[in-house]
Amino acid sequence: MGARLALEKSAARLVGRLSRAAGRGGGTTLPGKLVWKLDPAALDALAAGLSQGVVLVSATNGKTTTTAMASSILSPTHRLAWNHSGANLASGVASTLLAAREADLGLLEVDEFVLPEVMRRTRPRVVCLGNLFRDQLDRYGELEHIAERWRSAVADLDRGTTLVANADDPLVASLAEGREGAVLFGVDDPRLARSGLQHASDSKYCVRCGRPYRYDSAYVGHLGAYRCESCGHARPPFDVAAREIRPEGLEGVSFTLWTTQGETTVRLAVPGLYNVYNALAAASVALALGMQLEAVAEGLGRFRAAFGRFERFRVDDRGVLLLLVKNPAGANEALRTLEDGGVPPTLVLALNDRIADGRDVSWIWDVDFEPVLERVERIVASGERAAELALRFTYAGFPPDRLELVPDLETALDRGLELTPAGGELVILPTYTAMLELRAIATGRGLTRPYWESDGQP
Amino acid sequence: MIVRVGHLYPEYLNIYADRGNIAVLERRAAARGHELSVEPLSVGAKPRLGSYDLLYVGGGQDREQAMITPDLSARGDAIREVVEDGVALLAVCGGYQLLGRGYRGRDGSRLEGVGLFPHETVAGDTRMIGDVLLESTLAEAAGRTIAGFENHAGRTRLDEGAAPLGRVVAGYGNDGTSGFEGCRVGRALGTYLHGPLLPRNPWLADLLLSWALAHATGGEPQELAPLADELELQAHAVAAARARSRGGRPA
Repeated sequence: MGARLALEKSAARLVGRLSRAAGRGGGTTLPGKLVWKLDPAALDALAAGLSQGVVLVSATNGKTTTTAMASSILSPTHRLAWNHSGANLASGVASTLLAAREADLGLLEVDEFVLPEVMRRTRPRVVCLGNLFRDQLDRYGELEHIAERWRSAVADLDRGTTLVANADDPLVASLAEGREGAVLFGVDDPRLARSGLQHASDSKYCVRCGRPYRYDSAYVGHLGAYRCESCGHARPPFDVAAREIRPEGLEGVSFTLWTTQGETTVRLAVPGLYNVYNALAAASVALALGMQLEAVAEGLGRFRAAFGRFERFRVDDRGVLLLLVKNPAGANEALRTLEDGGVPPTLVLALNDRIADGRDVSWIWDVDFEPVLERVERIVASGERAAELALRFTYAGFPPDRLELVPDLETALDRGLELTPAGGELVILPTYTAMLELRAIATGRGLTRPYWESDGQP
Repeated sequence: MIVRVGHLYPEYLNIYADRGNIAVLERRAAARGHELSVEPLSVGAKPRLGSYDLLYVGGGQDREQAMITPDLSARGDAIREVVEDGVALLAVCGGYQLLGRGYRGRDGSRLEGVGLFPHETVAGDTRMIGDVLLESTLAEAAGRTIAGFENHAGRTRLDEGAAPLGRVVAGYGNDGTSGFEGCRVGRALGTYLHGPLLPRNPWLADLLLSWALAHATGGEPQELAPLADELELQAHAVAAARARSRGGRPA
């Protein structure tokens, strides 16, 4: 380590402690911001210091959960530098590497937009590309633009880097075409396919010729078994797949994890097909690092929930379940999980519009709320854009007398609890900053730990 | 009364929650005892456009817009003709651009537009993204405001004397410099504003409906019976405040 880097590291760690001491959140990115600003090349050196290399995970949906699942598999045998609180910009990555002095392996979720630069600087051992959905157009621009950035970043990767990619996402899978040693994962269980593509699906046109794909099975949004009848472009063969998937309501899901080296049964304690995809991504990463299949299944079995994604806490004799929603595809899966697991009588939805949520709230109109609206008795609309959310429901035909507008999150939480029978569970669907705020409220009441203390396994 | 809506290319142009606009028109028509019949018009469909009372064109990502452009420009004469005959039309974002004379990309390529709106669009280096507030210049607006969100790289320049949808109070608008947003020709409105546009601007939804009803009945537009609109006005107020505090500023 050069003298300059050593100096930067100690200064940055001091900033992190000061930030926490000052009560400014977790201080999770401040040290990294400092280093990133002073000397971006420090990231290269920090990454190079990890003897087992660096794993990068990116996707529109599931970055945090996938890395948390991978951590569950890898932590018994590795000392991880893992950005578990979701600080996934270059500064957050730098902070994580700075803080983890004893680590031998970097396990980093990375924002879609900054991925190319982080790839270039960290020279990763494994890069995992999960999916691309429309998300925060105000911040990222169009989907194709992100895909093009990824495409040139993948082309520049060292030959020794293993690319892990979702075979079920046409755009993502196409990035692995012609790349030796790529690991492709996907879902292989037509019984669980949806009847058709959802409203406002992305990537439904052939990446090669532009004609619409024919989907034999669509699992999550546009993820599925696709083929172009015009030019023949189709889902590539799997290296890792989920078969015989058995949903267990809101409690979890089991499946057969099939690989080219054999198969095993996995039981996840979080529900939903989208979590099966996250588990496949995490398993593929672990297998690419040389982990054994049984260790992969055990690690996935130990996984509980990632920060705010599917988190439960108790308030006296009632439960609260937080289900993060942040874009149409993710929200659709959260709602589908509720449909399958039982729609609760009361739902609290919270819509904020800060930068981390997306300032453009139009995405809520692309979410298929309708099936849940038919079954829920009462909705509390909350957050800074609560009125906009309420309009989404009334224009879908939800009766105004069963809808309550409570912009303040703490009041909405209490109102939701009041409407939930004793022994029951209140389900809250917040956007990102609303989730942080709700967690802070719960922490303030002693119900959850602050996120910078969490190991991501509450 | 049945109000017939032709929704152009919904499977391609749906990026900014265009179905929200349609849902608002549907429900507000129903509240006045009318029924909206919405038909998707896809590439290659051969409907008589004059049989619709309102046409809707949304926005898409670049790739999808390029896919429908040949089909759309082939309908240019028909679209201009039916608007002349009093069919109402709403075009948002990409649809707004494509209904002008043309779009020049950053690589110098040119997409031929429909020529309904008297404007030219040129791609800029940066995107204009943020909350917008307009003071509408439509005669029917009586000074009312329109709140929305914009996200466009195109700079749209209206011809001399062309009628905009409104004056920019906060945000970028058509090109970030003229201080105007959107365009109006007869009963056709084009705008960059989504959010979607109509839920938080109910008077504009009612204006479009009254135009569509006028076409359906063959009479003059009648003002519609007012609705409560409490949520709508709250949503408008929040969106307007957002634009004032953080909307892009015309350069």
